[in-house]
Amino acid sequence: MDHGPAAKLGKDNASSIKSKLGVILFFVYLIIYAGFVAISIFSLNTMGKIIFAGVNLAVIYGFGLIFLAIIMGITYNSICTAYENKLNKKLTQNEGGVVK
Amino acid sequence: MIYHSNLTAIMIFVLFVVFVIGLSKYFASKTRSAEGYFAAGGQINWGVNGIAFAGDYLSAASFLGICGMIAFDGYDGFLYSIGYLAGWVVALFIVAEPMKRLGKYTFTDALDSKFNSKSIQLTAAISTLIVSAFYLIPQMVGAGDLVVPLLGLPHWVGVVMVGIIVTIIVATAGMASTTYVQFLKGGLLIIFSSVMVFLLLKNGLNSTPSKDFHKYTTLQAVMDNDGNVELKDKKYPYKVNSLYKQGKNTFVSLANETGIVSWWHLVKKDGQAVLEEAQSKTILESGNVLYNGEPKEAGKFNAVGNLSKIVMDGKEVEKTGPIGPFQFLATVNNSTVVTYKKIPQAITDGLNKVMIWYPEEISGARLMKPGVKFKIGSDKWMDKLNFISLMLALFFGTAALPHILIRYYTVPSQKDARKSTIVAIGAIGFFYILTLFMGIGAMAYGVLDVESSNMSAPLLARYFGVALFSIVSAIAFATVLGTVSGLIVAASGAVAHDLMNNYLNIKLTDKEKVKAGKIAAIAVGFIAIILGILFKGMNVSFLVGWAFAVAASANLPAILMLLFWKKTTAKGIAASIFVGIITAIGIILLSPSMWEKYGLNPANAPSSLDNPGIISIPLSFITLVIVSLLTQKDNMGLNEDMEEKTSSEEAVA
Repeated sequence: MDHGPAAKLGKDNASSIKSKLGVILFFVYLIIYAGFVAISIFSLNTMGKIIFAGVNLAVIYGFGLIFLAIIMGITYNSICTAYENKLNKKLTQNEGGVVK
Repeated sequence: MIYHSNLTAIMIFVLFVVFVIGLSKYFASKTRSAEGYFAAGGQINWGVNGIAFAGDYLSAASFLGICGMIAFDGYDGFLYSIGYLAGWVVALFIVAEPMKRLGKYTFTDALDSKFNSKSIQLTAAISTLIVSAFYLIPQMVGAGDLVVPLLGLPHWVGVVMVGIIVTIIVATAGMASTTYVQFLKGGLLIIFSSVMVFLLLKNGLNSTPSKDFHKYTTLQAVMDNDGNVELKDKKYPYKVNSLYKQGKNTFVSLANETGIVSWWHLVKKDGQAVLEEAQSKTILESGNVLYNGEPKEAGKFNAVGNLSKIVMDGKEVEKTGPIGPFQFLATVNNSTVVTYKKIPQAITDGLNKVMIWYPEEISGARLMKPGVKFKIGSDKWMDKLNFISLMLALFFGTAALPHILIRYYTVPSQKDARKSTIVAIGAIGFFYILTLFMGIGAMAYGVLDVESSNMSAPLLARYFGVALFSIVSAIAFATVLGTVSGLIVAASGAVAHDLMNNYLNIKLTDKEKVKAGKIAAIAVGFIAIILGILFKGMNVSFLVGWAFAVAASANLPAILMLLFWKKTTAKGIAASIFVGIITAIGIILLSPSMWEKYGLNPANAPSSLDNPGIISIPLSFITLVIVSLLTQKDNMGLNEDMEEKTSSEEAVA
């Protein structure tokens, strides 16, 4: 069969820990996103309350979800890179496997 | 609205399209192998790929659709921005690296990497084709909408043009050219949207947005107990012609001294009957069309949307002058906005069909929170379910879109896949914040076309000058070109690689595979043209919501369970894809929006759900679990084989 990555990939010792971290961050974001949906449904007037600089909760929460995704993404990448550098270091030196 | 073409706009547009095709030709000369055609050789830089992701993702739905929906329905349009962006979290944290690790050219490769199953190859390829088709529809509709004001051509010409240009691009160069076209237009879209928002804030808000802006007029009326209407002041130059009730609304047609008929919305204000001037489009028995009672050439069909009362820092003002971003949002929140509502069904007036858009003044506070389009404030649970369903589909849809997933195969490593996703989230997130400003700007600047919400952002650009309008329209057109290119590459990969090579076992050489992909691209392009013409007039972001729902229902349960549940079987995956597709499409076809498209009363639609996600996504998950549990025998020895295979691959590495 013609499957398998388009570019050759080496072994990644950090893949399991990265996967766990990804799942945790995913659920954190999911809960905050679900909070937005829940407030909209169960307490729509709360969404209209002014909370910052004359702007209501709906706008601030919406902007917040966008910024949070960016911040969590950068944080996730930093942690993953640190794990990759640490756990794949030996492999890179001794076995020739490279995780770019 | 009535548009006139402009030479500058045409020249900028043509230059842009020629440049894009030239770029494709250049990359065509470099593309020889199947790897090059379907995955750009897996050698694209992560930064370029990240912006190309943004280019792929910021389709007509984001630029045209979201801005248009915000302009007409306020914050409800911004819900799409939030949901689309949130979907990237699923892509980054769950899908990005495993997809890169498991696949080669297509998302079917990743799903099938463990099983080598014919049923997965078939269902996943069909799912790719169907999701791509659903995503293609809004792009083509958006393209048609764009050429109407830009080049003064009919809608269908725009659709055919995009179809032909894109098919040429894809059929010549594949993923490499698609990537660089996406990179270019993604970058330009973000830059010029920023320019528009800067100009908007510099200009501020004004209750008379331009000198030639037409504010709707009102006439005092008298209504007797039988519901008959007379004009209160006999000096008014109108005579009551006819009166129609539709739902809670009453519309009155008035004829002026020269016999020109206009339509008015009857409302009660402070106990008094008042007629408010509406916009109308009449299709005569002869087939000729009248806009506000006159032929197109008279130019009487007005651009709409303005603030009837502006309150800034607690004081009512005529205009604000330059304004900061938060103050802009706060001022709109405290002001009153004139929006236009479309009647659900055309009125039959004698032998004529009349479509009416009537003004409605809404407080900014109501528009700046959810609930205008999605009636989540109502007591009906179905309205709330519709909203949950949409938010669910948007959140889970992104990571299941085949044309997004294939972009993970264009970078050299898993780390690059992750980094390019983060670049994409940053770029897309920034753009989505701009959509709120652009949408509200279009709502307040008297530029809206009641016939098509999709043109709101380009029409806002026209407010700031023809040059900006031309550039923004050309970028929007390139946006459609880029996204359609990506979709057609994904669809052609599904046909040539998944169906022909893997499922049908037709052994193709590398060259033959590329040729098959190109022929598939032409066929998919042709289908896209037809669908684009058929779905004219619908909001493109709303249509993309459907594509997300189908993708989330068909593909995401399979991807997630494959990655996180060892008991997943090939038959479980194939069954969940099949059930996801069938239920999602079935609910869409029976939805109120489709009922309206069929020319029927939306209230009579068999399903009250407009978005199927809340039913089809869980159903697809449940199917996968049940079928997998029933077919556990198929997996015997498979996990051990996989572990052995992985160990031996690692040893080789």
